Amino acid sequence: MKRKIYLDNSATTPVAPEVLEAMMPYFAGAYGNASSLHSFGQEARRAIEEARAQIAEILGVDPKEIFFTSGATEADNLAIKGLALADPRRRHIITSQIEHHAVLHPCMWLEKQGYEITYLEVDQFGRVDPEAVRAAIRDDTLLVSVMAGNNEIGTLEPIEEIGRICREEGIPLHTDAVQAFGKVRLPMEAIDLLSVSAHKLNGPKGVGFLYVRKGLKLIPLLHGGGHERGLRSGTENTPGIVGLAAAARLAFSEMDEVAARLRDYRVRLIEEIGKIPGTRLNGHPTDSLPHIVNFSFAGIEGESLVMRLDEHGIAASTGSACSSPNLEPSHVLKAIKVPLAMAHGSLRISTGRSTKPEDIDALLSILPGVVEDLRAISPFKVGE
Amino acid sequence: MMYTDKVIEHFRHPHNQGKLPDYSAVGKVGNIVCGDVMWLYIKVDKDESGREVISDISWETFGCTAAIATSSMVSELAKGKTLEEAIAITNRDVADELGGLPPVKLHCSALAADALNEAIYNYLKKAGREIPEMLEKRHAHIAKEMESLEKRYAAFLQAQEAAKEKEG
Repeated sequence: MKRKIYLDNSATTPVAPEVLEAMMPYFAGAYGNASSLHSFGQEARRAIEEARAQIAEILGVDPKEIFFTSGATEADNLAIKGLALADPRRRHIITSQIEHHAVLHPCMWLEKQGYEITYLEVDQFGRVDPEAVRAAIRDDTLLVSVMAGNNEIGTLEPIEEIGRICREEGIPLHTDAVQAFGKVRLPMEAIDLLSVSAHKLNGPKGVGFLYVRKGLKLIPLLHGGGHERGLRSGTENTPGIVGLAAAARLAFSEMDEVAARLRDYRVRLIEEIGKIPGTRLNGHPTDSLPHIVNFSFAGIEGESLVMRLDEHGIAASTGSACSSPNLEPSHVLKAIKVPLAMAHGSLRISTGRSTKPEDIDALLSILPGVVEDLRAISPFKVGE
Repeated sequence: MMYTDKVIEHFRHPHNQGKLPDYSAVGKVGNIVCGDVMWLYIKVDKDESGREVISDISWETFGCTAAIATSSMVSELAKGKTLEEAIAITNRDVADELGGLPPVKLHCSALAADALNEAIYNYLKKAGREIPEMLEKRHAHIAKEMESLEKRYAAFLQAQEAAKEKEG
């Protein structure tokens, strides 16, 4: 069988062996409910609080500021709606046009409830202008939510500057750090709320956390047994939480080394794929997450491209309309004004800690032929 | 979303792809801004009993897996058929022959049937021949759809043009 090559690490990642090992005792062995008084419960409680302390240490924050959730979608929803419920007089939110749907859709839902949302434009690389954030702030602004690094094109946002402005204006800053956490250093002093998911960093699916700066008041979305200091009811996912902390520790222990390697892959991909005629790099060439790179190819459609690569055992993804349920091309590519015809032919390549140089070689040897093959059956010839 | 084995087979090894050098007529449908464009070429000849048949057919398609598979399938279905028989091929026939399409992809089979329709329409028109009522109706419908699509995206394209000018 042909070797399979996984270059879709911004969709999800494999659980690292050491993470899986850390989780294993908490499924069938130490299975206690962390709320129970007996030794079974205390064992689970200890594991959860140790995980919380480890994550807090990595971020340089207080363990009381870490709240475990079912993932980043829940963390984003809790940050935005939880803050809105806690401070109902503030009816204005500032976000960007290139946020993940887990941020955009809660904002749009609040818009339907009468909130006003400012969706900030971005530049051609996908960057928010910090001064545009300042200009958008009003007396009734509740929150600014701008992601740390974009999941489709990799572009990094100027979170530090945005955070400084928010601090000056007294508005909390939320950042969805799903792709950035464990890949780049985060300016925690500038951030008030931060969403993270375990499965993007070689941890398990179904677990994540929200960092909430001390003093910020949120109303819970889930009411029940009062877990997570009342902010998120529901019996704690002990193996998941242990896995999340193990994944975070692993990512931070090897961050510089892995990021440098992935950055080298990215430079090479940009250089080599750029040689294919009719190619466009979407996103910033250097001011980017190390593991995500996005291209468009004139004359061909992204879903076909992904399917052709899959035939060769290579897994990547696309922001093409044909790959989405509503047949609209990606809102991120639209926001950076990729011409529509090119937006249909986009390919996202995302590497991970287990990506090898040979994987990049394999992609680079196969991709030009696949592009040529699809262009041969397209009515739009490149260079004509 | 799952494609049938038949869709994957036609996508991987499409039949009749490319541009016929000596085609009699071409049907062009779809719009690049919505992500699917299909150009279908037909060559029409008379068979031994003097009926007009599609003696050869080919296509060029910009689109997803389903668009490429339906292009391949419609060309197989129409090849060797009389014009009358070919006119009767529907998008349903194309989708059925492929073992079905995901609901969100059904428009691809409509595009394939439309392209065939338009190619035959253009052939008859060019030859100054009478157009069957059904074909005329479908042509009018396709033209109307293309127009509404263009309208739907006109605003977006305008905005893009404006942005381009601003960038200089």
